[in-house]
Amino acid sequence: MSIDSRAVARPGHRGALFVAEYRLRNMWKWRGAIIAFGLGNPVLYLASVGLGVGLLVDANSPTGGVDGVPYLVFIAPALLATAAIQGGMDEVTFPTLSGFIWNRLFFAMRATSLTGGQIADGVLVAAMVRVLFTTVVYWLVLWAFGAVAWDSALSLIPVSTFAGVCWAALMLAVTANVTDDGGFLALAGRVVIMPMFLFSGTFYPLAALPLAVRWIGWISPLWHATELGRWLSYGMPLPPWRIAVSVVYLLAMGIVGVVVARRRFEARLTR
Amino acid sequence: MIRARRLTKTYGDFVAVDGVDLQVERGEAFGILGPNGAGKSTTMRMLGATLKRTSGELTILDRDPSTQGPVIRAHLGVVPQDDALDTELTVAENLLTYGRYFGLSRSYLRGRIDELLEFAQLTDKRDAKVDALSGGMKRRLTIARGLVNEPSILLLDEPTTGLDPQARHILWDRLFRLKETGVTLVITTHYMDEAEQLCDRLVVMDQGTIVAEGSPADLIRAHSTREVVEVRFGSDRNPEVAAQLDGIGTRREVLPDRILVYTDSGEEDLQAIVARGFMPVTSLVRRASLEDVFLRLTGRSLADE
Repeated sequence: MSIDSRAVARPGHRGALFVAEYRLRNMWKWRGAIIAFGLGNPVLYLASVGLGVGLLVDANSPTGGVDGVPYLVFIAPALLATAAIQGGMDEVTFPTLSGFIWNRLFFAMRATSLTGGQIADGVLVAAMVRVLFTTVVYWLVLWAFGAVAWDSALSLIPVSTFAGVCWAALMLAVTANVTDDGGFLALAGRVVIMPMFLFSGTFYPLAALPLAVRWIGWISPLWHATELGRWLSYGMPLPPWRIAVSVVYLLAMGIVGVVVARRRFEARLTR
Repeated sequence: MIRARRLTKTYGDFVAVDGVDLQVERGEAFGILGPNGAGKSTTMRMLGATLKRTSGELTILDRDPSTQGPVIRAHLGVVPQDDALDTELTVAENLLTYGRYFGLSRSYLRGRIDELLEFAQLTDKRDAKVDALSGGMKRRLTIARGLVNEPSILLLDEPTTGLDPQARHILWDRLFRLKETGVTLVITTHYMDEAEQLCDRLVVMDQGTIVAEGSPADLIRAHSTREVVEVRFGSDRNPEVAAQLDGIGTRREVLPDRILVYTDSGEEDLQAIVARGFMPVTSLVRRASLEDVFLRLTGRSLADE
């Protein structure tokens, strides 16, 4: 062992990328599950809801669908955004609980030249890669089912990925505060993800809901991503100010998430 | 290498580390001995530049950790008590990812990982998942991981807690070798045999403060006699017998399970006890150890903690 040749170690400014590299290596161990879920989820949803429910909806609608398009086309952008948001959430909540509580890996990372902020950034960068992957796979399945057109790839995929990453950033900040993992994921799934999925105009236009619950959609990143997606996918009319509000809303969510997460990570790892 | 003056860490009203002074020199093995809750790990985390101090001065490798943490940590190796390994990755992958956090190149790490695996005697476990390793192997892997950046100082927090005797001896052997190569070691432990085996110099901590400092031999000379007679009469008789041993040894200590007689001539004093008509159930004459120092300084046994 040549302990005295220690010129090799240097603190990096690329710390976040090294953390992301580690996260991707860990994800690679789960590649089977990630791919199976990434493909299986859209295929099952499109077959059952898209085609099954769609048959019913299209047959009973005077316009032959919803919003002037077949039901399958109507729900496609919403499903894509849901997948992005769910994928992003998975890749920040599990590693964060693990890093702080289960195997305390973040504490070992913080003992190297990394800072807490770099660890937070790295987890998010890896989540972004996962979201992009999930979104591309999902989009390909949508396209195979005829739910989206070829030329939507360059607009729908980035918008859904953007929404997924912004949501992931917020959840990263939230999860960084969880000290007792008992039930956090189940609770988040039931009181956040599930209502978001059901009340964000995913399966029907938000306007169909009574005003009393419509606010769930307004604050939901999924609804904003879905609105943008429908506008981009089949040209659902969306005034410019609404486009701007949705983009800014998602962006704000992402920025707040990153700022708070960085701070919380560093504070918790040096306490 | 490390210099602390009045180093203090408080959590609200609780003072975990209370005005600790210590100095660690290049190439030495420095121990922090104390019972659980003495503030050893808290001190260790401050020395590792991962925990902010509340007050006092601290320089590590001539730098202040509160402003130059990442630079300092680039030259430290840390072996935490709870390993904190990624159990889903393989042995080699754990070393690789950890080396990457320091910004080390993959080509450098390829060679380095071979060396480290050999040092940790884990070469044949290279591609095993960490889940499948024994406790001793995991600890050796954690030490190897702490060495990936060729640190100047290796900080080990209770390195052999929870390991069986054989695994402890393997680990001690590795740490000896490391010391021979010139790495400065800082070790916390609540095992006095470990401190005696490994440390050139140590501090004894209790309730957040340092109660003694020196080499194991110095501490024993200063705070204990050369030999100790341990006699057991059964837990209900011990105090009664102890009261009648006046004049034997220089000092006596009554523990729940035995009486300790501090003396410079153990065999003679044991005979003197028997001569007074007390037949111990078991008896033992031994050299004084750091355990006796700790008992003397704090009035408590390390093993009772």
